Amino acid sequence: MSAPTVAPAGQAPTRRGTELALIGFAVGLAVIAYAAVGLAQDGRVPSGALGYGAGLAGLFGLAHLVVRRFAPYADPLILPCVAMLNGLGLVMIRRLDFDAVERARQRSDALPRADAPLQLLWTAIAVAAFVVVLVVIRDHTRLARYAYTSAAAGLVLLLLPALPGVGQTINGARLWIRLGPITVQPSEAAKILLMIFFAGYLVSKRDVLSLASRRVAGLDLPRARDLGPILVAWAASLAVLVREKDLGSSLLFFGIFIVMLYVATERTSWLLIGVGLFGLGSFVAYQLFGHVRQRVDTWLHPFRDAGGDGYQLTQGLFGFGTGGITGTGLGEGQPGIVPFAKTDFMMASIGEELGLVGVMAVLLVFALIVERGLRSGLACRDSFGKLLATGLSFALALQVFVIVGGVTGLIPLTGVTLPWLSYGGSSVVMNWVLIALLLRISDAARRPAPSPVAPDKARVALEEAKTTVVRR
Amino acid sequence: MNGPLRKVAVACLVLFGLLLVNVNYVQTVKADDYRNDPRNARALLRTFANERGPIVLSGGAGGATPLAVDKPTPQERFKFLRTYPGGPSYAHVTGFSSFVYGTTSLERAENGVLSGESDKLLVRRLSDYVTGRKPEGGRVVLTLQAAAQRAAFAALQGKKGAVVAIDPRTGAVLAMVSTPSYDPAKLSSHNGQSIRAYYRQLQDDRDDPLLNRAVQQTYPPGSTWKVVTTAAALSDGKVKPETQISSPRELDLPQTDRNLKNFGGGSCGNNKTSTLSDAFRISCNTAFGQLGLDLGGDAQREQAEKFGVGDDSLRLPGRIATSVFPSDLSPPQQAQSAIGQFDVRVTPLQMALIAAGIANGGDVMRPYLVREVQAPDLSRLGSTDPKVYRKDAVSQEVADQITAMMELVVAKGTATSAQIPGVRVAGKTGTAQNAAGQAPHAWFVGFAPADDPQVAIAVVVEDGGSAGSEATGGRVAAPIGRDVMRAVLGQ
Repeated sequence: MSAPTVAPAGQAPTRRGTELALIGFAVGLAVIAYAAVGLAQDGRVPSGALGYGAGLAGLFGLAHLVVRRFAPYADPLILPCVAMLNGLGLVMIRRLDFDAVERARQRSDALPRADAPLQLLWTAIAVAAFVVVLVVIRDHTRLARYAYTSAAAGLVLLLLPALPGVGQTINGARLWIRLGPITVQPSEAAKILLMIFFAGYLVSKRDVLSLASRRVAGLDLPRARDLGPILVAWAASLAVLVREKDLGSSLLFFGIFIVMLYVATERTSWLLIGVGLFGLGSFVAYQLFGHVRQRVDTWLHPFRDAGGDGYQLTQGLFGFGTGGITGTGLGEGQPGIVPFAKTDFMMASIGEELGLVGVMAVLLVFALIVERGLRSGLACRDSFGKLLATGLSFALALQVFVIVGGVTGLIPLTGVTLPWLSYGGSSVVMNWVLIALLLRISDAARRPAPSPVAPDKARVALEEAKTTVVRR
Repeated sequence: MNGPLRKVAVACLVLFGLLLVNVNYVQTVKADDYRNDPRNARALLRTFANERGPIVLSGGAGGATPLAVDKPTPQERFKFLRTYPGGPSYAHVTGFSSFVYGTTSLERAENGVLSGESDKLLVRRLSDYVTGRKPEGGRVVLTLQAAAQRAAFAALQGKKGAVVAIDPRTGAVLAMVSTPSYDPAKLSSHNGQSIRAYYRQLQDDRDDPLLNRAVQQTYPPGSTWKVVTTAAALSDGKVKPETQISSPRELDLPQTDRNLKNFGGGSCGNNKTSTLSDAFRISCNTAFGQLGLDLGGDAQREQAEKFGVGDDSLRLPGRIATSVFPSDLSPPQQAQSAIGQFDVRVTPLQMALIAAGIANGGDVMRPYLVREVQAPDLSRLGSTDPKVYRKDAVSQEVADQITAMMELVVAKGTATSAQIPGVRVAGKTGTAQNAAGQAPHAWFVGFAPADDPQVAIAVVVEDGGSAGSEATGGRVAAPIGRDVMRAVLGQ
């Protein structure tokens, strides 16, 4: 993870050409996958393959052009990785659409709506959001000013689904709000807003928070009165858990907060306090809530009630097992057997049809995005950017861990989406926004330091930037 | 902040590392378990897309008779429909192949060959993989004889019961029927709703048509068990068929104030003694109760186990109910067990094996249903060689003695209705008391021809007897045995 040893004297390489080539590769992969699904289903290359490829190429090409223009020094690997995951996600959703139609035809039910075109539309909206973020937010440090606004907006979004009238309960969790014809999951946006808040807040308070009051057993414990924020975050996560039955988001929020707190203060004691509080919260939740207990029991003994509570998990595991090392091949498996194959259990579908090889490749692509993001944080010159990049990258890692660990039986299953791969508009849009922010920070980090000759020019640019109206 | 940030980066790698290790575990170490789990509907769905091999009877002028065979359908997902030309009479042998309820019986036991996924078909599978040809399942050829199966099913119509017929020389199963039966095609259709409705109907049926009574149900064997008691006594060497043994009107059971009586309170001979052979011919309970007391529980159980009782490892084609002879018997229980009552419980298959063992000079052959498995191009992949299941369950001498006694039972005893003109038939009837207030089960075991055994048989008809008449085993079950044996012998 070391930077190039020899810094070029003049312009640092932007590597935008590499990015474009890799995006081309990702789009090509998606088109081949799309054709493979068609071949398996009907024995011929689907007529839509070219149009689909052109659509993806257009969208990701646009993203690339915007990066080239507005964040020229951004990390060149992140965008192609995202493009690859998103392209594969669309293929899998289309493939599962086929499956659902076959299934309905079998039962003589009404044919279900095809989700792939909708997801393609959402991807277009997501890329548009990505463009807007990159174009509007020219300097990420600006965001620090809106820390408290973000906090308020984030909390409102988080608690919105709990409100009667607005909120929608789907599949037992109250995570959605209805906006006209569509339902959105505001916690996805809240996640990013709250990370902005955490970063801003922690940067301004890090000196206080890292003050040690007592040393116990080799640990510098923070002062009791500084425990306030972490307790608030903990209470908020628990509230989300109780009101909205959303185990996944609650775990995600708390985990992200603890890690950002740790990075800001450099105090291991915060980490331990956080883990302790998490343990306590988990224990209490297990004792108090039936749905938590049920999740844990299903995790421990998935096959005990394989036809009931354990059905989804066991069918998912059967999918992974059936796929084995090389998978059944795209379109050759039966991933539709698993309930929620398009969303939470997308990884099981990939595991069945693309096998261990495909799952590992997808995980490594995620790991690549995460580590590239963290590397941007390391290279970033300002604390806010560092912290925000850490938060955004870690959020991605934790989310992938929570859902993939859940469906493979490593940890209790909690429903969160698999970024870019799962079907869901809110998720894909907000994850593209997340990447836009990460690229913005990465651009700042890799941008050559302003040369001493023209410090004023840079200053001026900065002053002008201040007047930009930040729209969200 | 870079120190902690680096640690976070390492932590993220650890998270991904954990995921990678776990998916490797799931998709390599556990993969086979998950893939082959009967609750995993994928294998079945896959077999609907590929042509599943047929289950057939061998022989006949026109080659093989199909019992279960795939028919192409115009549908996309389920390209083939499983049909069962064998129908209900073969239902318990073939089982069904349902995408709702999985596979049973032979469809399950031979799934590897039928679905084309068996290692026996590995070479073909590899070439399918390379050439892109859709895999096709192999053929399973059975030992059953159509005539015997037809006769058994016809004879059991309207009754609850089972018939197992075995070639005593090889162990090949010639007929296996259980009634009431069901239509496997209705469980193997492509319509989930109607499959479920039919399955529920079968489950709610008090007569349990899904149960294969021939192997999955145990019954008290009643007087047919006297074959085993006789075997134990003769092997002991203290008695011979012509030995006079005590045969009182009532046998005073030690430690109880109850006496063992003959069926319907009848008498045996002169009510004092009779020869073992005579006691066997008229199925004298008191004589065999006394024999049981003389032998003791352990000797009886050892003899039973020599015939295979207590073995839970036998498969035909799936798991079978374990036949039991109880241990630690008190004297009254020893007497009761000797006449096949108390807690003695056997499957019809087990009784057929006992008859087959006697017929085969004391060696019980391992029963099998699958004669041969073939590749889709009909080349032979493997065949079953007859194997000895229990060697010397009785000596040749004892087998001959019992055969002679059993011939007398058919010639002028309780099983005269099993006679086949021109054929020497050996047999033994039984009327096993069941739960209080219920009609007893009617039994027949036997083999023919006695001088050159080609078929050994066990028949049970649930609640088929009428209380108080030892003769009902002979009246109800023996004719069924006769019909099936005659079908096998081609008469």
